[in-house]
Amino acid sequence: MIRERFANHIKKLENELAEMTALVASAINRSMEALKSRNIADAKQIIEDDAIINQKRQLIEDNCIYLIATQQPVAGDLREIIAILNIITDLERMGDYAEGIAKIVVLLGKEPLVKPLDYIPKMAELAVSMLNRSIESFLKRDAKAAGAICNEDDAVDALYDKTYQELIDCMIEDPSTIKKATYLIWAAHNLERIADRTTNICERIVFLVTGSMQTINVSKY
Amino acid sequence: MDKAVIETIRLNLYYGDFLALEEVNIRIHRHRITAIIGPSGCGKSTLLRCFNRMNDLVESTKVEGQILIEGEDILSDKMDLISLRKKVGMVFQRPNVFNLSIYDNLRFGLRIHRMMSEKKKIDEAVQNALEHVGLWDELKDRLKKNARTLSLEQQQRLCIARVIILKPDIVLLDEPCSTLDPVSTLKIEELLRILKRDYTIVIVTHNMQQAARVSDETAFMHLGKLIEFAGTAEIFSNPKEKLTENYISGRFG
Repeated sequence: MIRERFANHIKKLENELAEMTALVASAINRSMEALKSRNIADAKQIIEDDAIINQKRQLIEDNCIYLIATQQPVAGDLREIIAILNIITDLERMGDYAEGIAKIVVLLGKEPLVKPLDYIPKMAELAVSMLNRSIESFLKRDAKAAGAICNEDDAVDALYDKTYQELIDCMIEDPSTIKKATYLIWAAHNLERIADRTTNICERIVFLVTGSMQTINVSKY
Repeated sequence: MDKAVIETIRLNLYYGDFLALEEVNIRIHRHRITAIIGPSGCGKSTLLRCFNRMNDLVESTKVEGQILIEGEDILSDKMDLISLRKKVGMVFQRPNVFNLSIYDNLRFGLRIHRMMSEKKKIDEAVQNALEHVGLWDELKDRLKKNARTLSLEQQQRLCIARVIILKPDIVLLDEPCSTLDPVSTLKIEELLRILKRDYTIVIVTHNMQQAARVSDETAFMHLGKLIEFAGTAEIFSNPKEKLTENYISGRFG
């Protein structure tokens, strides 16, 4: 087949993308575990490991540039490569958000939290599930599934609202909690951003399949 | 939408029993570069050659349907082929300069069409045509030299000059860069972009990147049929037909 070489390159790119997604999902999960268990050593490791995600992004970008330069892809092939270039930007930033949560774990140190984490682990669980399924729908070219994932962002936003309100209440009640409560708001905010970036990925999938860019669900934040 | 300069209506063309063009409906617009792409034998050159009735030269050709150039039915018996081909000029794959001086190559058509006889006017027209194709500065001191001494790119430019000196409305180009190196190819493409201000240009090309670079609209043909015709950006980023996508992304052809 005349396109075998090109098809192999694309397959390789898709595998790299799946690997990068796994790294990012793992960073989010590990940062949440570190927050729950207040494990500073693990948090520091997550911060260090963010470099691996960044390297992966660079590798994929280099491969995309190579394919564009040498194969002159058009139509669906071109849209896929452009979609991948955009998706890795979102993934890389999600990795930074996970790293941000790990940094908060370090900042919080060993002191007790102002209140239980409550909805925060649930936000992480929803966000990671959205992320994993978004890349699955990318690999399957399933625009319908991708569109549906976008709507799940509302649930993450709702949990963020609750967390935010509760932490504000804590601060009003006892201003000495402001610093530590703010850290938790940041952590929750990072998770909200992760879910929101996933909707960007899903919009790219719709673009890849249909050729038109649509904003499917506008986040509250 | 602009009025079409060239319009075909349910155009069929047979070479003997072979149906080379089938139900082709296309509208080509003024001052645009329209590229026709498709695999070998898809009918793209045949379609191009319909626009100035060059297919008349092929034996046992039968044409059905209509070809309108600025609303005029060029298949009519009353059509004067000499004036048609003056109005619709053509440039071929290989530069086909005559074994004459550069000057006489350009004067040739003027004489055939009895367009002008005064030497001063001819000189002006020659200079104008050469300036138009970017050859004047290079060649003004050696107009008496044989045109075959020129480089291939210069020869192809001269062929284009030979067409436009006759003040055509439409310039047809059948793979005009296929014998040229990449730099010469880009120069010819640049020339086409300049020429489209004054002419309507239709180019047949095997080189898809060339179609993508140079044309405003692209027609994709397959097995004698016009499969898709749209803006070039649209064709190369998001074609509507699967067959178009498969061809331009190298899945066949």
